Amino acid sequence: MAKQILLNNINVPGLASYEVYRKLGGYSAVEKTLKNYTPDEVTAEVKKSGLRGRGGAGFPAGMKWGFIDKSTDNPRYFVCNFDESEPGTFKDRHIGQLNPHQLIEGMILGSYALGARSSYIYIRGELFYVLRIIEKAIDEAYRNGFLGENILGSGYSLDLHCHPGAGAYICGEETALIESLEGKRGNPRIKPPFPAIVGLYNCPTVVNNVETIANLPWIMNNGADAYAAIGIGNSNGTKLISACGHINKPGIYEIELGLPVKEFIYSDEYCGGILNGKKLKAVVAGGSSVPVLPAELILRTANGEPRLMSYESLSDGGFQSGTMLGSGGFIVMDETACIVKNLLTFSRFYHHESCGQCSPCREGTGWIEKILYRIESGKGSMKDIDLLTDIAKHIEGNTICPLGDAAAWPVASAIRHFREEFEDHIKLQRCPLSK
Amino acid sequence: MSLVKVIIDNIEVEVESGTTILNAARKIGGSVVPPAMCYYTKLEGSGGYCRSCLVKVAQGSAKDPRPMPKLVPSCRTTVQDGMVVQNITSPEVMDNRRAITEFLLLNHPLDCPVCDQAGECHLQDLSYVHGLEETRTTEERRTFEPIDIGDKIKLNMNRCILCYRCVKVADQLTDQRVHGVLGRGDHSEISTYILKAIDNDFSGNMIDVCPVGALTDKTFRFKSRVWYTNPMDAHRECSKCGGKTVLWMKGDEVLRVTGRKDKYGELEEFICNDCRFEKKNPNEWIIEGPRKIERHSVISQNHYEKLLIEENNPKIKIEK
Repeated sequence: MAKQILLNNINVPGLASYEVYRKLGGYSAVEKTLKNYTPDEVTAEVKKSGLRGRGGAGFPAGMKWGFIDKSTDNPRYFVCNFDESEPGTFKDRHIGQLNPHQLIEGMILGSYALGARSSYIYIRGELFYVLRIIEKAIDEAYRNGFLGENILGSGYSLDLHCHPGAGAYICGEETALIESLEGKRGNPRIKPPFPAIVGLYNCPTVVNNVETIANLPWIMNNGADAYAAIGIGNSNGTKLISACGHINKPGIYEIELGLPVKEFIYSDEYCGGILNGKKLKAVVAGGSSVPVLPAELILRTANGEPRLMSYESLSDGGFQSGTMLGSGGFIVMDETACIVKNLLTFSRFYHHESCGQCSPCREGTGWIEKILYRIESGKGSMKDIDLLTDIAKHIEGNTICPLGDAAAWPVASAIRHFREEFEDHIKLQRCPLSK
Repeated sequence: MSLVKVIIDNIEVEVESGTTILNAARKIGGSVVPPAMCYYTKLEGSGGYCRSCLVKVAQGSAKDPRPMPKLVPSCRTTVQDGMVVQNITSPEVMDNRRAITEFLLLNHPLDCPVCDQAGECHLQDLSYVHGLEETRTTEERRTFEPIDIGDKIKLNMNRCILCYRCVKVADQLTDQRVHGVLGRGDHSEISTYILKAIDNDFSGNMIDVCPVGALTDKTFRFKSRVWYTNPMDAHRECSKCGGKTVLWMKGDEVLRVTGRKDKYGELEEFICNDCRFEKKNPNEWIIEGPRKIERHSVISQNHYEKLLIEENNPKIKIEK
């Protein structure tokens, strides 16, 4: 059994309540840290642990904290990004719903490290029932002295708020999240300046993913070295993978980074193989925005080495033959899945969720969807394929925020690896896989 | 303010630190100036949306000579000492500008023959330089239900490129903004809050800042093509604004009043709605003389000279 940090006690009944969480050793990290560590020491510890952002980009969390502007007297803010809405990703909801106190404990530790006096959990609007659970947990934490004035007599005070969004995917982008939190339209800001300098209410702000924050109590309890010992290379610790698609056991799994992809898909401990014994066709390894890979490239890298579930191994070969770990939304497709139709679904999503601020993404995502719809319904022409590649190329890198990239990568990769399937759609004037 | 040296398309220029690449290029002038569809000098926080001014930074600064990994919006990126920028000398930039133009035109109705903005439209200028000769899209263009935003300003949302300039005018010039962007993605639209009319002393400036024909003057609607009119600098005593305007005249009739725009299409001064909409009698104005229009503009093809205008229109007296 692999090391469990986040899902260790997840099946304990009543874990969402303060009493059960406390009995299992909860909030001991807060007690230990507020007593024995200065804020800078916490940051140093997180840096040493090599914890990387779990929201998708994999940016080292400690380094992100280090960027925060300490030269001003302005208040600092620590914000948790709970706007999980990438197709295929459903890991954060699991933590929020079943183990909210671990998230709150992480929030206290992060806020302490950054010197924040008010912190926010920005939760996706659709997850209103999770908001209720978290708010109840926050109340319990207040009642037991872990939030509010003078926590545990340490002199450190913190207010924690949970704020629901209105269900926009774009508000998962950190500056759009900040705008939305301020009560404005959720449009991403133009960077620089970055939130660490000018963030929430124009004050220095750090935004971290739920899973990143939920790792903090374990790191402070067991030490950075113990955390760094888990995993492989620069991919330290464990990662939640939400596996879905044509597999026998869809669900949320905590893996040690470095697990071979083959083992993850086929072993009974995890996905349990492909549904009905069919053949693996393709995998989207990290949520809908990362490039799709065909079976031969997801199991082995272009150099013939076994592909591992880690930031480095999955991105081995660049976008030519690799992909990204992303947010951990692991979508498996068997031989009956139509790549074009799947891509159309993704593209419809990005078209729907584009904020409309900058022109390449606003116009390009809609254009891609319309062309894909044409191809899928048998009305495409051969030059549409190159047109799609061209559109994707000109969205990528030209937009204000990464949503444009996220919309372009699946298109470019699907055509790169499955061009024949697009051509078949056009030649047959229908989907070759439909009866 | 310290001065920094920047090289744009192999031309060196010295500007104050904190200047944007776009404004440094404007200091050089000519063809190295990137097009700007959403940036507006007088509107704080504008720019960065249309992406038509993207340029390549081949060298970040003298201290850190690394190139920037992506193309950057020149209107929102400040210069560093020793920065090397490529605009028209970079094939990548030009290729992207072609693509951006295509994106902006993708859902644009291309109804220039019936659009009042034709002849002074930035999107026309942009597509003239960077556009493709034929469209690559066969898809139906998205359209919006027309809405009425008041008796002075005509909104044609189908033409809008969402530059946010009019929103910023309302935010920064008027006492209360009653319109904004509703919706998301390519269905986001400029609209008023619960069909409220936009009525404010300075709301007319939304027309002047609009780079396309999405916001036009209802009092000028379908009266004349701009290139058949004679733009004349004029002024009057006004209690609300500076009163310095351009009268767009045909014979001795004032068809339209606008603010004075510089060569980048930006207003020198904002004007009030009284001057813009209510003062259509030439006797209410002191006419200074013909407005200087850039040679390349279609408006300047209508050669007008001071003498000729006075001869043909005895009622008009031009101040010496």
